[in-house]
Amino acid sequence: MSRKLVIDPVTRIEGHGKVVVHLDDNNQVVDAKLHVVEFRGFERFIQGHPYWEAPILLQRICGICFVSHHLCGAKVLDDMVGVGLRSGISPTPTAEKMRRLGHYAQMLQSHQTAFFYLLVPEMLFGIEGAPEQRNILGLIEANPELVKRVVMLRKWGQELIKAVLGKRMHGIHSIPGGVLKNLSVQERDRFLHGHDGLLNMDQIIEYAQDGLKLYHEFHEKNRARVDSFGVVPALDMCLVNDAGNVDYYHGNLRVIDQDKNIVTEFDYHDYLDHFSEAVEEWSYMKFPYLKALGREAGSLRVGPLARLNITQSLSTPLAQAELERFQAYTKGRANYMTLHTNWARAIEILHAAELIRDLLNDPDLQKDQLILTPPPNAWTGEGVGVVEAPRGVLLHHYRANESGEITAANLIVSTTQNNQVINRTVRSVAEDYLGGRAEITEGMMNALEVGIRAYDPCLSCATHALGQMPLQVSVYDAAGELVHERQR
Amino acid sequence: MSSAVKPGGIVGEFSHDLPKTLFDPLLAAKRAEKIKVATIGLCGCWGCTLSLLDLDERLFPLLDKITILRSSITDIKRITERCVVGFVEGGVANEENIETLEHFRENCDILISVGACAVWGGVPAMRNMVPLSECLAVAYLDAPTSVPGSKPVIPLHPELPRITTKVYPCHEVVKMDYFIPGCPPDGDAVFKVLDDLINGRPFDLPVGINRYD
Repeated sequence: MSRKLVIDPVTRIEGHGKVVVHLDDNNQVVDAKLHVVEFRGFERFIQGHPYWEAPILLQRICGICFVSHHLCGAKVLDDMVGVGLRSGISPTPTAEKMRRLGHYAQMLQSHQTAFFYLLVPEMLFGIEGAPEQRNILGLIEANPELVKRVVMLRKWGQELIKAVLGKRMHGIHSIPGGVLKNLSVQERDRFLHGHDGLLNMDQIIEYAQDGLKLYHEFHEKNRARVDSFGVVPALDMCLVNDAGNVDYYHGNLRVIDQDKNIVTEFDYHDYLDHFSEAVEEWSYMKFPYLKALGREAGSLRVGPLARLNITQSLSTPLAQAELERFQAYTKGRANYMTLHTNWARAIEILHAAELIRDLLNDPDLQKDQLILTPPPNAWTGEGVGVVEAPRGVLLHHYRANESGEITAANLIVSTTQNNQVINRTVRSVAEDYLGGRAEITEGMMNALEVGIRAYDPCLSCATHALGQMPLQVSVYDAAGELVHERQR
Repeated sequence: MSSAVKPGGIVGEFSHDLPKTLFDPLLAAKRAEKIKVATIGLCGCWGCTLSLLDLDERLFPLLDKITILRSSITDIKRITERCVVGFVEGGVANEENIETLEHFRENCDILISVGACAVWGGVPAMRNMVPLSECLAVAYLDAPTSVPGSKPVIPLHPELPRITTKVYPCHEVVKMDYFIPGCPPDGDAVFKVLDDLINGRPFDLPVGINRYD
């Protein structure tokens, strides 16, 4: 008898998704998909708003990577008012460094939240551990000292975001042409020296290595299982600087293959020449791909694994040492092992902490040149911004009329870029864990979620598009009989 | 919920109903003594759920007293026993949100709307000003990255919940007991409310710790 297995909702991710697997009479996987079941509509309802509201409103797409949306929107605004990268103009050193500081603080906070609160339970309790235990409560019961460190590290990251953006979430900092504030010496010292119950910078660097320790212990014990779990080939993409290293704030978009040959590299302002997005009836999340290669070959992986596959080096010493170990593991070829994304994420936690330390020691943060004033007639009314959000390449594109009202907006968020690859991972793990098994357990189904969680998908981000259907709710029983209906 | 099967669909077996590894009975007994809390994110950005983590060190004394059942940060996918507090983030934007919220109302003594989206619809409710047909066209048909010449597709599938024409605040769907405003609320406000409720004190949220942005 054919079976349909459902995970609803997928948990320990941000946003709403469900997985449906169909097995045939012989328990072979016929179909396995992640359905993104929510959707909102920012691209349409932002229209008519003043252009400068976009980074404030659109960061509400996501409660975990709001700084990335805010910053990405600000880069669009720089272009629109004529002082952006499109015109070959960079923000003042203080503005760019303050933007980067907020961004790295969020990279630390977001990755760390995902890693410890959402991903670590399997590393401690196993994929098939008791579901009641696979969460932060289980972690506290098993290792309260670790969780105390996690909480203090997150607090420091969130407080740093607040120092830059004014709030721990959905604050305001970047504006067209620059930023609103710099960082005072008192604020800086609070983070370097750990005043007001915060950790100090040395402790942050130390605590930021907890993830790597955990990952390596887990990997040592489960090497075969980790390395064979959801191996999914795909081209990798991230922002790179002129030296070919990942840059989380700006650069060109580079795409590489498994041998790390550059497949294509381009200025993200030209993204429309390179990307199309397919729509499927079964998900509110679209499927972007490189036009030149078509959907099958041109669907990309973005995020920590892609970034560490692409980058030649990392600019901070501890992260660089760990990157060398990471890249040596696959002998210099691109790493396609889904669970190694958690390794890459742990390296980026440390890298973010080191980048923050370097910035906090940079006297440019205390300087006063915060905003570039556009020359007369510089208004272009259109811009494209890309940043490396924690989950990968994030793109915003707006257009406005002469009065500054937004007339069009297009967003391609990182989780959407990963849509095809995530679905391939779900299929691959379903075949490995469910295929041919007569008895399916909750733990086997959790393996599918583990595959999805490795991408740290933000389905909140991915559901900025908007839905249809009036509010008429009909519920049917198994025989297809209408049992409940209501209309408003 | 589990029984809601649409026409033509075969009945799904839900992962949380399948055989599972049993939880250590000693730990389970400890949790059984605690106050049960459930959380849900409806149509929001997950930020208010994260505000819960923004309690920082205050999480530890709180988690001495409460245990969290259904939540997007646990793998407990349904409310299986009565809860004292239901923490609701997000407004109502699809049929599944309605079913979930009604289920929370039936199974929680106290329901709290946490944050702007739950309280009044929030930013997603901005779509209430726009005809749906336009929104659909912008998102799926006329996007600059749409595939030229391809068959126009708007997502519609038995596995996708149907979207409501408007985004609703939670209290327009079920009775909500308390409200914490803000986008998101400060951790201080979330802590004050939870700490009062689980210690048997009345709800008392001073205006001074509320946020309105």
